[in-house]
Amino acid sequence: MPDTANAVVSAPKLTVRNLNFFYGGFHAIKDVNLEIPEKRVTAFIGPSGCGKSTLLRTFNRMFELYPEQRATGELMMGGENILTSKTDVSLIRAKIGMVFQKATPFPMSIYDNIAFGVRLFEDLPRARMDERVEWALSKAAIWKEVKDKLHQSGNSLSGGQQQRLCIARGIAVKPEVLLLDEPCSALDPISTAKVEELITELKADYTVVIVTHNMQQAARVSDFTAYMYLGELVEFGETDQVFFKPGKQATEDYITGRFG
Amino acid sequence: MSTNAIYLRRKRMNRVMMTVSTAALGFGLFWLLWIIGVLLWEGASALRPSLFTQMTPPPGGDGGLANAIYGSVLMAGAGTLIGTPIGILAGTYLAEYGQRGWLAPATRFINDVLLSAPSIVIGLFVYTVYVARVGHFSGWAGAFALAIIVIPVVVRTTDDMLKLVPNSLREAAAALGAPTWKIVTMVCYRAARSGIVTGILLAVARIAGETAPLLFTALNNQFWSSDMNRPMANLPVVIFQFAMSPYDDWHRLAWGGAALITLLVLAINIAARSLFRK
Repeated sequence: MPDTANAVVSAPKLTVRNLNFFYGGFHAIKDVNLEIPEKRVTAFIGPSGCGKSTLLRTFNRMFELYPEQRATGELMMGGENILTSKTDVSLIRAKIGMVFQKATPFPMSIYDNIAFGVRLFEDLPRARMDERVEWALSKAAIWKEVKDKLHQSGNSLSGGQQQRLCIARGIAVKPEVLLLDEPCSALDPISTAKVEELITELKADYTVVIVTHNMQQAARVSDFTAYMYLGELVEFGETDQVFFKPGKQATEDYITGRFG
Repeated sequence: MSTNAIYLRRKRMNRVMMTVSTAALGFGLFWLLWIIGVLLWEGASALRPSLFTQMTPPPGGDGGLANAIYGSVLMAGAGTLIGTPIGILAGTYLAEYGQRGWLAPATRFINDVLLSAPSIVIGLFVYTVYVARVGHFSGWAGAFALAIIVIPVVVRTTDDMLKLVPNSLREAAAALGAPTWKIVTMVCYRAARSGIVTGILLAVARIAGETAPLLFTALNNQFWSSDMNRPMANLPVVIFQFAMSPYDDWHRLAWGGAALITLLVLAINIAARSLFRK
């Protein structure tokens, strides 16, 4: 793999080896090998249906909710293959958070939306929980907008606010990795800018993986970029290199819009 | 122009269908309003305070329906309390845990059969397995029969309402590391709450007027009784018995009871609707 040989500078947080994924009989991801560097932002790009979201959903074993989906291969984190590990999947998901394309506030108050995940693993006294909620909401750049209505329903917020609430919810449990599945696709440019700023800030503490359809977004926020097509990893490397000196013609065609 | 002809035909067809469906609506409403009108007209004179304070009288005597109202409340209450948790748990299994295997589809099918089973069959069933063995009619037998009617209604609405909860919500909770039971109780139940409560209310409305299952189980009791192990008075059976009798004052009480049940069911339905809208 000449394209990936010198791509990774920092230590890998997640190592993907020979990963295959099946929706029933459909082979959606074909033998993907990849190293997600720690405390960096890695973007997955590619046309719809290329398998980038599917790949992301193997990282926290989200696909296990659906009986007809399965994955084979290795997904190493901290010396453990988390794909086959005996560790309770809940504990893995607590370490690898996820934010979805559509904002999904729980039907409860803004405060409880944040506290829900924290309470699963920590028994904090009220004051410490208040601090944690404020911390997470501030990190997600929404504290100022909601601090006076923490006990209103999460559904009362606007779409952009809801998405930042969901990001805050994901941060609140202090995961090591944060998976973002097209987090801005339903947001207006202002909210998008806020979320992008947030992503850049988050990489100081977290390993971030983002799936995006927006090429400029990938270029703006990511340190590394993986281009996928038809379930295969076509190219992976530093974002600057992938965007300005792509090693493969296919990558260049997609990035410059001459695709298909 | 041919398009013009098509357009005119469509307009004409529209007018015909509109007339037919309006007529059908009027036909349905006519009977419904007639029923409610007669019920309120005839029942109004019986809806007096004594209806709620006095016992069912012997023919020719003065009285009310206090014991029947009390019995109905006790048995419908017990039936709901027994049937609701079972129904919610079974519905939860169907919607949340039953994606794999044959058990859930089979249960769902049987539940649908039970949902439309004639209530007299349920009365006879409880008579056979309970009343005949114990040797006498009782309030508990009535409550069990009503619970059996409640269960499939609650199973069905719980199942349906939980399936309306978007999977994205379950995924979001799972992504935080929540185990399935937490996802169901903390997130799905909350999201489906108004729908599930509506289902319970509709089940209560349904059993409030059921006669056949009580006729074979609780029977009736002329006196005030709160002993669930003995025969128990209840509105539907009293209405049935009084309406079939030749006595005018019994007829009046039957009208009163019928109006009372109808108003109760109406109130429950309005409550359920306004709850569901929220």
